[in-house]
Amino acid sequence: MSRNTEVFVIGGGPAGLSAAHVAAKLGAKTLLVDDSARVGGQLIKQTHRFFGSSNRDAGIRGITIADKLQQDIKDVAARLTVLENTAAVGFYHNKEAGILSQNAYERVTYQAAIVCTGATENSLTFENNDLPGIYGAGGVQTLMNVHGIRPGQKILMVGSGNIGLIVSYQLIQAGVEVVGLVEGMPTIGGYLVHASKIRRLGVPIHTSHTILKALGTDGVEGAVLCRVDEKFQPVPNTEFEIKCDCICLAVGLTPLIDLFQQAQCRMVHVGELGGLVPLHDSSMRTTNPDIFVAGDASGIEEATTAILAGRIAGARAYEAVHGKSAEADAIVAEAREELRTLRSGSTGERIRWGRERVLKEAGEC
Amino acid sequence: MTSLRIEKHPVLSFPERRTVKFYFEGKEYQGFEGEPIAAALHAAGIKTLRHSPQKNRARGFFCAIGRCSSCIMKVDGQINTMTCITPLKEGMQVKMQKGHGYIKP
Repeated sequence: MSRNTEVFVIGGGPAGLSAAHVAAKLGAKTLLVDDSARVGGQLIKQTHRFFGSSNRDAGIRGITIADKLQQDIKDVAARLTVLENTAAVGFYHNKEAGILSQNAYERVTYQAAIVCTGATENSLTFENNDLPGIYGAGGVQTLMNVHGIRPGQKILMVGSGNIGLIVSYQLIQAGVEVVGLVEGMPTIGGYLVHASKIRRLGVPIHTSHTILKALGTDGVEGAVLCRVDEKFQPVPNTEFEIKCDCICLAVGLTPLIDLFQQAQCRMVHVGELGGLVPLHDSSMRTTNPDIFVAGDASGIEEATTAILAGRIAGARAYEAVHGKSAEADAIVAEAREELRTLRSGSTGERIRWGRERVLKEAGEC
Repeated sequence: MTSLRIEKHPVLSFPERRTVKFYFEGKEYQGFEGEPIAAALHAAGIKTLRHSPQKNRARGFFCAIGRCSSCIMKVDGQINTMTCITPLKEGMQVKMQKGHGYIKP
């Protein structure tokens, strides 16, 4: 069987839902596929309130933003088809792609595609890092906030970026004892407001420390930590043991880029954005003119900026099919202004460098 | 040991679901209908879901979203089932698979 659509959106997280909503609302026949059982992406497990911007979702919990985006797409149901439990498995020539649902394979022909595949969690090298009981921060959030199950009784958190800090707090809310937080850098990576929250609850934060090994044979029984020097090398005779039954790794994310490589988009490595990302212009168009990108797949950021970039990609993909539109221009201009505000200031500095490099390499800046 | 199931949470509420019986390595367990098989096993205190094919290292729940293959098991005879995203049903037979599993030609 095959399906025909004007705009084809891959991934139903904040970027994909926003892109599909805008494209369909402007008038494009749109198809969205997502490989999980329900759209919403990683927002469905994020119980914390977002900082956002004053006019977009500030102070709202991630789970509420997911509900809102799910509601938005219902308003454009006449032009938007959503397929859950369906994975995009490949791009072919002539604007064709393959999708797989349950056990059925179908071809999709499209005029413009928006790839919003998100990211995958990073691991960390240490002895026994493959033991059952060692999880990514995303896995912990899914288990706890979607399925209502604690990962264990006592957990060690590795990484003090915002995810490490926020998930530590969520673990405490769920009744798990956080025995400590380990950070290789000399200072805490995330916002101090999040760090203060868990510090007040008595969680020790070990900066300039790393995890040397996990203890246990069929499961985690503890961990050995040590101090690191300014070159991140372990300092001898500073090892100490900490007892825990699970370990959470919050050590960053890497964009999921397989589909861009299949579609022969030119890639660029930008450390500030999490690794290899598809080159794209300020319209979120990649070097393959039929393919757009939005969200973490274009560089690791967060849900609010993913929503805005999704809106830009959705508007420009609509124009790629139907031609120039003043309404699409207005959506793009508004989203760009909001992005500029969100990425301003010292906390957005790394992201700004990374984004500027992508635009420069794409010949625009 | 206290249960890993969250009973009270300041932000979230978890709806009542039907309890179903299932079997892990032939032994009877209980879980909620529709939750992922790996979640039900985790709540029952089972953390080793398989062993790695080459070095026989214990493997458990990891990504929870069907990406990493750490939790693949044999479910009702079907090998390589991603148990972190496969919903639990009454009477399911869940087994640790040996190596890469074997499909009859």
